[in-house]
Amino acid sequence: MESCDIITVSHVNFFYSAVRALTDISMNFKKNKVTALIGPSGCGKSTLLRLFNRMNELIDGTRVEGEIIFENENIYAPNVDPVEIRRKIGMVFQKPNPFPKTIYNNISYGPALNGFSKSDMDALVEQSLKQAVLWDEVKDILNKSAMNLSGGQQQRLCIARALAMKPDVLLMDEPTSALDPISTAKIEELIEELKDKYTIIIVTHNMQQAARISDETAFFYLGHLIEYNKTEKIFTKPDIKQTEDYITGRFG
Amino acid sequence: MKQTIFFTLVRASALVITLALGGIILYIFLNGFSVISWDFITKPPTDSMTKGGIMPAILGTVYLTFGAVAVGLPLGIASAIYLTEYARQRRVIRLIRVGINCLAGVPSVVFGLFGLGFFVIYLELGSSILSGSLTLGFLILPTIIGASEEALKAVPQTFREASLSLGVTKWQTTYRIVLPNALPGILTGSILGIGRAAGETAPIMFTAAAYFTAKLPGSVFDEVMALPYHIYVLATAGTNIEATRPIQFGTVLVLVAVVLGIDLIAIVIRGYMRRNKRW
Repeated sequence: MESCDIITVSHVNFFYSAVRALTDISMNFKKNKVTALIGPSGCGKSTLLRLFNRMNELIDGTRVEGEIIFENENIYAPNVDPVEIRRKIGMVFQKPNPFPKTIYNNISYGPALNGFSKSDMDALVEQSLKQAVLWDEVKDILNKSAMNLSGGQQQRLCIARALAMKPDVLLMDEPTSALDPISTAKIEELIEELKDKYTIIIVTHNMQQAARISDETAFFYLGHLIEYNKTEKIFTKPDIKQTEDYITGRFG
Repeated sequence: MKQTIFFTLVRASALVITLALGGIILYIFLNGFSVISWDFITKPPTDSMTKGGIMPAILGTVYLTFGAVAVGLPLGIASAIYLTEYARQRRVIRLIRVGINCLAGVPSVVFGLFGLGFFVIYLELGSSILSGSLTLGFLILPTIIGASEEALKAVPQTFREASLSLGVTKWQTTYRIVLPNALPGILTGSILGIGRAAGETAPIMFTAAAYFTAKLPGSVFDEVMALPYHIYVLATAGTNIEATRPIQFGTVLVLVAVVLGIDLIAIVIRGYMRRNKRW
């Protein structure tokens, strides 16, 4: 089954200045699966997610130990350009953060700056918006500001924007925490459809969401990986008491 | 009770400031309005500057102000981008910031002497629009850097993250996302600098301003007359100081109008840029 792993994390430690946020994390992420990272606030799940596209290094004084292998290469090797990694590993953030540009330009921004040809751009924008199930709602207002869209539409636009780069992996950091239930349901459906083509790693606070949409679930606590298994197993018969306590709501 | 006293005090101070400003403007207006005419703003001075207009000085001030902005704005924005987006070492940033604050505290006459020594003499640019613009550009640099830093910091971090997460480089992110969103704020702050550049006398008296020249500048290497220096000359070194009093007030009035006019241009540009930049 080794060939099915797309990202391999081995013995990763992570520090914010002197504070250790992750301790000796080792785990594999399977290709074309949805993996959910769950755990109480401050457990390190978002930190781990942001390690995959080297987003943490934007914060001063952070340090990584260990290896994260993606496409047979340690993304923290000194010769690796984080810009290259981010082209292949896209990200959707907690709060919808479209650029204050038109809907069209939100999508075309990344591809255009990475040399995607102008003549194919219309098709790419349409395709990306369709993938994010937003096309029908915005096809007539592509030249209007993205800031006028609703929160749920903005988040789907952000997903479309990430998809336009044709990444292999899509990282999602609590993508529905700022959205209403209907928008959340739409995003969840979308994730379901996207996993045929993409590997999705999603951080969520919402236990039901993890149970609904993910194939694999990893439970973190205080910077440690406590349990990692098939979602069904984690939510029905977890091996470790802490996991059970958390998912049954005894703490968190 | 305490609240009432406090509010009264606050209101009173606001009133004092408004009255002071209004008083100054009214005083200038009443004294200067009589000489304002189409000829005054379109003709050069005559009869040893006791008659005629002030057109060369108006033009000179406009040139110098735009020159100062052309020097100060790019340099100031670039410095601010370095400080907010790139510099990582706290100690380096602090050192630079101390330097900028010192620069802001330097008396303008010192800028003038520096301009004289460096641009006019050492670089052999002569007393010219170029020397004056460079000197004024450095004078307004701290204001522009300060305003630009604040404006850049006000751009949400999520924009930077979103852009970087798309495999866009740091420079492209700064240029395409951060800077356009910061520009209205940068301009707001820079308006203060523009007013200062237009109104300063000391920095230009050694570097750009001519006592009198009826000839209009043909290139950036020519001397010009300038409104603040013209006022200074008329009031202190004119051939007949008392007789030119109305012209002095008229010139002050025009200077105030020119500064406001240039500010207005900046405000219009800012408004135009802001239209699509809401977040």
